Amino acid sequence: MEILMAIVIGILFTTATYLMLSKSILRIIVGTGLLSHGAHLLILTMGGLKRGAVPLLGEHAEAYVDPLPQALILTAIVISFGVTSLFLVLAYRTYQELGTDNMDHLRGNEANE
Amino acid sequence: MNNIVFLPVLLPLLTGVILIFFARKTGIQKGISFLSSLCGMAVALYLVHYISNNGIKVLEVGSWKAPFGIVIVADMLASLLVLTTSLVGFAVLLYSFRGIGKEREKFYYYSIFQFLLVGVNGAFLTGDIFNLFVFFEVMLMSSYVLLVLGGTKGQLRESLKYILVNVISSAFFVITVAYLYSVVGTLNMADIGRRIGEAGQPGIITVIAVMFLIVFGLKGAIFPLFYWLPGSYFAAPIPVLALFGALLTKVGIYSILRTYTLMFPHQQGYTHELLGILSILTIIVGVIGAIAYWDVKKIIIYNIVIAVGVIAFGISLMNQDGLAGSLFYLIHDMIIKAALFLLAGIMMKVTGSSSLREMGGLIRTNPGLGWTFFLAAISLAGIPPFSGFSGKLLILQGAAEKGAFIGMAVVLISSLLVLYSIMRIFIYGFWGNVTSYTPASSVPVTKLLTPAVILVAVSVLYGIGTEFVYPFIIQGTEPLVDPQIYIDAVLKEEG
Repeated sequence: MEILMAIVIGILFTTATYLMLSKSILRIIVGTGLLSHGAHLLILTMGGLKRGAVPLLGEHAEAYVDPLPQALILTAIVISFGVTSLFLVLAYRTYQELGTDNMDHLRGNEANE
Repeated sequence: MNNIVFLPVLLPLLTGVILIFFARKTGIQKGISFLSSLCGMAVALYLVHYISNNGIKVLEVGSWKAPFGIVIVADMLASLLVLTTSLVGFAVLLYSFRGIGKEREKFYYYSIFQFLLVGVNGAFLTGDIFNLFVFFEVMLMSSYVLLVLGGTKGQLRESLKYILVNVISSAFFVITVAYLYSVVGTLNMADIGRRIGEAGQPGIITVIAVMFLIVFGLKGAIFPLFYWLPGSYFAAPIPVLALFGALLTKVGIYSILRTYTLMFPHQQGYTHELLGILSILTIIVGVIGAIAYWDVKKIIIYNIVIAVGVIAFGISLMNQDGLAGSLFYLIHDMIIKAALFLLAGIMMKVTGSSSLREMGGLIRTNPGLGWTFFLAAISLAGIPPFSGFSGKLLILQGAAEKGAFIGMAVVLISSLLVLYSIMRIFIYGFWGNVTSYTPASSVPVTKLLTPAVILVAVSVLYGIGTEFVYPFIIQGTEPLVDPQIYIDAVLKEEG
C-alpha cells in the first residue's frame, strides 16, 4: 500500500513541478496546491499505513493508527490554506496593478518599475 | 519563574494581538510597541544572565515529559540570539516611527512587526522540529505581509516570487520532516539526535541531512539557492529591509547550525564537506555581486550573502574555534547589517536615490551620518579593534586546525573585497562635491540616525569588549561541540 502511495505522491510532485515552471501565475498557484497535497499525503504515508482503529479511545480497539502524523497534517493544511489565500489575493492584486499574469513580463529590471 | 524562557515569544505575541485593536491610532501603537520592545530587551538580558549562572533551561510546555510534549530549550546560543534579535527589533522600531510613513502604520504595520519577532524568537528557542516549522511559517507569513504592505508595483512583483520560493521550501521542509519521522519516529530534536547517534547515522539519514541543508539553505540564502534574495530584499522599504537582512537569513543559518551539530554530527565526511564547499561558493558569489553594483542597497544585500557564507564555513569546520567564531560573527553580523541598512536608508532619504552615481559630498551636509557609516563599514570588514575581527579570526584558526586552506584564503580575500565594496559607498557617497542632487532638508536626519548610532555603538562595544563577551560565546558553543550536554538537559530522566 505504501508503494502505491509513494508512486501517486511522486506523480503529484511531478505535476506540481511542471506547473510551477510554467508562465501563468494561476498555473503556478495550482502547482503549489498540488505540492502541498503531495507533502501532506507523504506525512500520512511515512507515518505508516498499517491497519488499526481510528485514534479514538472510545473504540476500545487492539491497535490504533498513529495519531501524530494526523495532527501534523492538520497543522500543515491550515498553514498552507493561509498562505494560498494570501498568494491568490496577491496574484489578483498584481493582475489589477500590473495588468499581466505572465511571469515573463514580471522581470525585475528598472524599465518596468 | 520557570516560564521566563517563553517570555521572548509571549511578549511580542501579546503586543501584536493588542495592537490589532488600535489600528487607526498610530500614537498608541507606537507607545505600546516601544514599551513592549524595552521589556523584551530586559527579559532577554535577564535570560542571558540566568542561563550563564544556571546552565541550559528547559521548559516542558504543558508539563508533558520531554520526547512526548513540546519543549522550549534556552541554551546560551539561543538566548544570545534572542537578545540580539530584541536589540535589532528595538532599533528598527525606533527607525520605523519616523521612517515608515502614515499609510503603512495604519494598516497593522506594528502588529505584523511583532508577529515577525514572535516567529524569529520562537525559531531560536524551540526544541521540536515540527514546532520549528510552525515558527518558520509564523516568521515567513509576517515577512510576506511586511514585504507587500504598501502595494507598489515593485513590491507586488517581488512578493510573488518571494512567496513562491518560500512555499516550495516550506513544502520541502514538511517532506523532510516526514522522512525523518519515518526513520527515527520522534520529533523532539534532542531525542532525534540521541536515536541517530545510537544508530550511527545510516545512509538514509545523510540524505535527510542534505535535504535539511536544501531547506535551510533556501531560507538562509547559501550558494545555489540564494537567487531569490537580491530582488526580493531590494523591493522592501528600508526598516523592513533592515529587519529582513538582520534576522531572516540568520534563522536559516541558526537552523543549519542546530541540526548539523545536534542531529547529524556522526558522519561528517559527506555532509559537512558539502556545506564547506557550498559556503565557499556562497562567499565568492556574494563578493562578485557586492563589487559589481553601483547601488547602495544592492551592495549591502550581497554583503548578507557573503556573511552567510562565512558563518556557514565556520559551521562546516565543526571544531571549537570554528563554531565559536561562527557564533561570534553571527551576532556581529545581525547588528551591523541592521545598522548598515538603516544608514543606507538615511542616505537615500537625503539624496533621493539609491544609486552611487547620483550621490556625493554627504560628509559636508551630514558629518554625523558619514562617520557613523565609516565606523559601521570598518566593523563590517573586520578591522582589529572592531566587532567583525574576533569572529573571523576564530573561524580562520578553526580552518587552520582543520587544514582547510582554500577556505581560509577565500575568507581572507573576501574580507578585503568586502572592505572595497563598502568603502566604495563611503568614497562615492560621502566624499567629493554635492553635484547632481539637492539635499533634502526636510528629512529628520538626527531622529533617524539615533537607532543606527545605538546599533553601531553596541557593535563597537561588542568588538572592544571581546574579553567580556567571550565566556558567553564559549558557553554557547559547549552544547554544539558536545551535543550530549543538550540531549541530557532535555531528556533528564534518561540521561
